[in-house]
Amino acid sequence: MESIQAILNNPYVFAALMALAPLLWILPYALFAIWFERKVSAHMQDRLGPMRTGGWHGWSQSIADLVKLLLKEDLIPAKSKHGLFMLAPYVVFVGSYAAYAVIPFTSAYVGSEINVGIFYFVAVSSLVVVGILMGAWSSNNKWSLFGAMRSAAQIVSYEIPGTLAILAVVMVVGSLSLQDIVRAQEGWFWNWFVFGKFPFLFIAFLIYFLCSLAEVNRTPFDIPEAESELVAGYHTEYSGMRFAMFYLAEYANMFAVSAVAVTLFFGGWQSPFGTFLSGPAWGVFWFLSKGMGFIFLQMWLRWTLPRLRVDQLMYVNWKVLMPFAFVNIIFVGLWMMIAQ
Amino acid sequence: MQASEIHEIVGAQFGDAILEFKGDAVDPFIVLTAQRILDVALFLRGDERLQFGSLMCLSGADYNDGTLGVVYHVDSMSLGHKIVLKVRVPKDNPHVPSVESVWKTANWHEREAYDLIGVVFDGHPDLRRILLPDDWEGHPLRKDYKVPEFYNGMKVPY
Amino acid sequence: MSEIRTEDMVINMGPQHPSTHGVLRLALTLNGEIVEDVVPHIGYLHRCFEKHCEAMTNYQQVVPYTDRMDYLTSMNNNFPWVLAIEKLLKIEVPERVAYIRVIMAELNRIASHLVAIGTYGNDIGATTPFLFCFRDREKILDLFEKTCGARLLYNYMRVGGLSHDLHKGFAEEARQFIKEFRPTIKELNGLLSYNKIFIERTARVGILPADVAINWGVTGPILRASGVKWDLRKNDTYSLYDRFQFDIPVGTDDVGVIGDCWNRYMLRMREMEESLKIIAQALDTLPEGDVKAAIPKRIRPDPGEVYVRTESPKGELGFYVISDGSATPFRVKARAPSFCNLGALPEFSRGVMVADLIANLGSIDIVLGEVDR
Repeated sequence: MESIQAILNNPYVFAALMALAPLLWILPYALFAIWFERKVSAHMQDRLGPMRTGGWHGWSQSIADLVKLLLKEDLIPAKSKHGLFMLAPYVVFVGSYAAYAVIPFTSAYVGSEINVGIFYFVAVSSLVVVGILMGAWSSNNKWSLFGAMRSAAQIVSYEIPGTLAILAVVMVVGSLSLQDIVRAQEGWFWNWFVFGKFPFLFIAFLIYFLCSLAEVNRTPFDIPEAESELVAGYHTEYSGMRFAMFYLAEYANMFAVSAVAVTLFFGGWQSPFGTFLSGPAWGVFWFLSKGMGFIFLQMWLRWTLPRLRVDQLMYVNWKVLMPFAFVNIIFVGLWMMIAQ
Repeated sequence: MQASEIHEIVGAQFGDAILEFKGDAVDPFIVLTAQRILDVALFLRGDERLQFGSLMCLSGADYNDGTLGVVYHVDSMSLGHKIVLKVRVPKDNPHVPSVESVWKTANWHEREAYDLIGVVFDGHPDLRRILLPDDWEGHPLRKDYKVPEFYNGMKVPY
Repeated sequence: MSEIRTEDMVINMGPQHPSTHGVLRLALTLNGEIVEDVVPHIGYLHRCFEKHCEAMTNYQQVVPYTDRMDYLTSMNNNFPWVLAIEKLLKIEVPERVAYIRVIMAELNRIASHLVAIGTYGNDIGATTPFLFCFRDREKILDLFEKTCGARLLYNYMRVGGLSHDLHKGFAEEARQFIKEFRPTIKELNGLLSYNKIFIERTARVGILPADVAINWGVTGPILRASGVKWDLRKNDTYSLYDRFQFDIPVGTDDVGVIGDCWNRYMLRMREMEESLKIIAQALDTLPEGDVKAAIPKRIRPDPGEVYVRTESPKGELGFYVISDGSATPFRVKARAPSFCNLGALPEFSRGVMVADLIANLGSIDIVLGEVDR
């Protein structure tokens, strides 16, 4: 017993355990979300979706898929850059996983309590682009490269208004730490930034939400993997477990941006009803359910809307979101001056 | 406009090019000398009284008597009449002027007729095989066509 | 910094590609996202239809082969074939046969347009309308299945008649379908047709002027979307189409401009409503009778030739048949609408973006079975 205690007290072991903790959520979540997306899309389209595997509403379909992907032959194109090709899916996943380090799941748990949390999040989630470019270029496929170029252009562009929207919140709170931002939204749900400080932070939320869709390549901004245009975009040549890593990273990323949206605008782990059902354990519950709400919203949009064209995508970014984000920041600044 | 009137108008201009006219067939047709088809086509499209603006169908045919034929079904959307033009060429020298410059429809149809029947359309901008592989030998819709035993090492008849 | 060198990228779209609707290969020359040139390569699905016809021992035997040309509209493919042979034989079919043929052709037109609309939504990135369309198409296929036993390749029409009479209760079920389907058109309009993103993607994209369309032999909804009021059911009427009241929709410029992708899409929506009108009228006046009595035992047309064209959902579908007096067709040429329509694709696809090329290709609504025959 004491030896276990000693091992846990070792700072390196402790750090490793803390770092692995989000995996406890991401892996089951990804399996669930994949199943959930299939069910959501199916019910929106007058279908039932998977119904057989595992009995109740095909609940174990994703697990079966995972096993299939694990057993599948790992195909590597002969003329690819083998090293980069094999590495790329992990780089993509690392990019999205690293973001979880600063996400406050509850008042008691955040992977790394650093005081520039949101800045770190913005910076590290760009790492995904590197992995995507790496995988696409190394697979030696023109369609993949096409998708990756689109992806790079899109993610890099949409980061700017997204970050400006985040900046509005940071200005209001006066801190880059995500825990501080959550604590600033204490009380009932009308204290959440999306409702409070109306309308500036509501506009900021809309801008951030649109940009987050673009960052995770979801419809209507899914042009990097536009199936009907680019076959499968940057992961055309991947199969088996490496493909699954891309998939996992995509879903991990979806939750990461949702988590940040929740943290910034929807009170993070705060209960919507003041002190009712609050506390660290309930905090996890509120945080995850709000996050899943956003996941559902993303799915809803995906199965409803068509896809934008690449120039329209850029138009929306540079000519619509950017000016709004800038003006919004100016107004937040003015409002802050007046309020104080 | 009736077929006979169309025949008269064309005949006035190209009397020497018309070999035969059959007005009582299911679809009345005019047989022309192959070399004049492009001139006639231009006239048909451009003439105010005819305005044959569209080519419905262009078909090649092997008549099994040593001649190949090309059949043009043309109609006028503006005036609502139609006529069939036919040309015949000997099988050993099947050259017909292309009407691609008159009706773009002919582009792919002529390629198809070249591919399957083996009529060579002079003046076609891109006369390649269209349905069969580029290295296919022979023209399958000719009546004397023999199915090859092998294609690129693969057995053809099964 | 030294000069940055760029060069065009040549890339194959297809033969295996989600948006080519079959095995079509488009050789694209791309300058970044801009399509500099498109060269379609076809023939991957060539099944020697014309050669097959010359090997048949009976004109009736060709009917199932016509099914397989445009496999989404088999009824409409049977139609010109039987009309052509009947014209060659100079026989009249009983009234009931003609009525049923029209009903079936129009039902199949709706089914084909539903696939066109659904896959078009899919091409633009909206998956859900696709399944909504298939849900309604299913109802039509159920009707066909009950009558002739097949869901896709019906082999239903015969020279001089039909393979089966309508099943009992067809009229009620068809009326029920019409009743259920009208609201669906509204639903689709709300979900896709007037969706802002969809309009942005398709309106003013891939404009095909009317004169170019006619010159390229483009027919069907695409030609009408370019503003030409040309429908063989009215302009060169056949069978019973002159008895029914229906309109020919043409392209409008209220959302996009005449001849753009949105109009080509929307025209199919409008045509479905017109088809419903025809079916409703035909069901009301459907006479009694025998559908097999007039089928000739032996078909030996006099030597001669005929070209019969009908308005298939894709455009003008024609059969040119030469008979030498024997029981075997001497030469058959199928004038497939998709074949001609696809030929015009490069004409309005140069200089657009890759995503627009997909929109253009989808708006033509090709079926490769018909292009390659």
